[in-house]
Amino acid sequence: MNSTDASARKESLHDWLMSERPHSRRQASLGRAYGAWRTFARNRLAMLGLTIVVLLVLVAIFADQLAPYSPYIGDLRTTRLLPPSAAHWFGTDDQGRDILSRIIHGSRITLYVVALVAVLAAPIGLIVGTVAGYAGGWLDAALMRITDIFLAFPRLILALAFVAALGPGIENAVIAIAITSWPPYARIARAETLTIRQADYIAAVQLIGASPWRIVLRHIMPLCVPSVIVRVTLDMAGIILTRAGLGFLGLGAQPPMPEWGALIANGRLYVLDQWWVAAAPGAAIFVVSLAFNLLGDGLRDALDPKGVK
Amino acid sequence: MNFLGVILLTYLGLLAVTFFIGRVMPIDPVLAIVGDRAPEHVVQRVREELGLNKPLYTQFGIYLKKVAQGDFGTSVLTSNPVMTDIKRTFPATIELATLGIIIGAGLGIPLGVWAAVRRGGMVDQIVRVMGLIGYSVPIFWLGLMGLVLFYAKLDWVAGPGRIDVAYEYSVTLETGFLLLDTARQGQWDAFRNVLSHLILPASLLGYFSLAYISRMTRSFMLSELAQEYVIAARAKGLSETRIIWRHALRNAMVPLVTVVALSYAGLLEGSVLTETVFAWPGLGLYITNSLQNADMNAVLGGTIVVGSIFIGLNLLSDLLYKLLDPRTRTR
Repeated sequence: MNSTDASARKESLHDWLMSERPHSRRQASLGRAYGAWRTFARNRLAMLGLTIVVLLVLVAIFADQLAPYSPYIGDLRTTRLLPPSAAHWFGTDDQGRDILSRIIHGSRITLYVVALVAVLAAPIGLIVGTVAGYAGGWLDAALMRITDIFLAFPRLILALAFVAALGPGIENAVIAIAITSWPPYARIARAETLTIRQADYIAAVQLIGASPWRIVLRHIMPLCVPSVIVRVTLDMAGIILTRAGLGFLGLGAQPPMPEWGALIANGRLYVLDQWWVAAAPGAAIFVVSLAFNLLGDGLRDALDPKGVK
Repeated sequence: MNFLGVILLTYLGLLAVTFFIGRVMPIDPVLAIVGDRAPEHVVQRVREELGLNKPLYTQFGIYLKKVAQGDFGTSVLTSNPVMTDIKRTFPATIELATLGIIIGAGLGIPLGVWAAVRRGGMVDQIVRVMGLIGYSVPIFWLGLMGLVLFYAKLDWVAGPGRIDVAYEYSVTLETGFLLLDTARQGQWDAFRNVLSHLILPASLLGYFSLAYISRMTRSFMLSELAQEYVIAARAKGLSETRIIWRHALRNAMVPLVTVVALSYAGLLEGSVLTETVFAWPGLGLYITNSLQNADMNAVLGGTIVVGSIFIGLNLLSDLLYKLLDPRTRTR
């Protein structure tokens, strides 16, 4: 009885969400989100990506509870460079530390960097792109020329030089990556703005007498956000790989922080005999950036109204 | 804006950024020379000799002039002029990246064509998976694992470095490209040794460009095969092989040139990581070694050289695109 009730309620909720004639603004926007979610959920690989990303967030939150050993203190006498076993799933490193525990704690640094880069780079790109697109004229030409110059720059090498000057560390690595990753977002935001600019509602807002800043910030930018979010998700893998590269060269988080790229660099010294020290953190980087790639592909397909691939 | 203007402006941007990085550097270049116990008047004099008391734009002007003359200062680590070091290390990088792009384009383009022709088939799936892995895996980690497997466990290839010590002094450097030098001097043992060192890192770079090139080839070919001229060619009774390779691929080649140039630029940039893994004595390893020793002249000099080539290839691919595609010609 109960189950049929529940399924009936579910049916009506589905109908309400998928309604062709929404009665309120909230119903319309919820319905749109629901539709995008249905497209997204049908894509199995994208769901796999989403699951891994959610798992990563959970692992980062509960790192203290999940990690079987301390990520910083190992027993140098008995647990140095042990191969993978039941007690240490991924083995131990040269300081006798459990590699699994270090990877689990390292997930915090990974998420922290990814989130910080997204929070820094996406707004810069959004503002540059929307302002250039709405203003047009010389401002557009100047901003887009700067964007093109940054696009032509080699990202990794430039990030490297930045970190070399600012000194190694997570924050400096984040700044360096953010400085080199905003141009594509500006390009996208500008393209979107150019199509929105001619819309009737923008003309209406202009007639009411809204200032250009208000139009850009309140009426244009929100509409550019979805496509920029998709692009940021697709870039996440690149950000993770760049950051791991910086960590590998010793320019990211400093020891004893369990940053994944630095873990590989540490394992490099023993790789020919104790391969597991470098193998596990690299696999972690691979799985997480693969997940972001799958998630980004799925989001792009789900949110693209044209549905063409 | 014309092409030359764009190039000049972009290079000026690169130099401005490197100049800025050199200026915000926390290490005071004066202190690095005189030490922190020098009396005040010595510090002042050195500051004047280095031109650091002049206004910023004058300093930038001097900097531009020096870079234009190929003067990047002296490396603290090797005590050579940075330009000399770069000239010595660069052939190794070029040799590696070139073999990488040959592997990548040589396999990637046919694979991409095949994937597009048999859409949804076996090869298509393989290309898709290889692309996904290529976009997700850290290149330095794959290199390390490759060394463990093919060098330490299987002993199929030679280990890190460019050439065994035993051969190092018997080869005279002429071009700096060891494959060419050993072949020209008829030292076939050394040639085999060089090749054995080269093959693993080159295949690794080749894989990364293959992942990108095959994916792009596939999508270019798909859009070409949907064109009407393909239907016309089929109606005319041309063989499928001829349509694919002579008609469709030739049109897809136009954007593909851009893709290959861009991935070559990417390989040069990525050399920083691969060369560190394989102890490959190229420009990338030179930059990272200098980084670890706070040798800023060398780091910035290397950045400018790699950056210039990267920008050059980027802009060149734009230009090539316009030259090759008759539709984008202005006349």
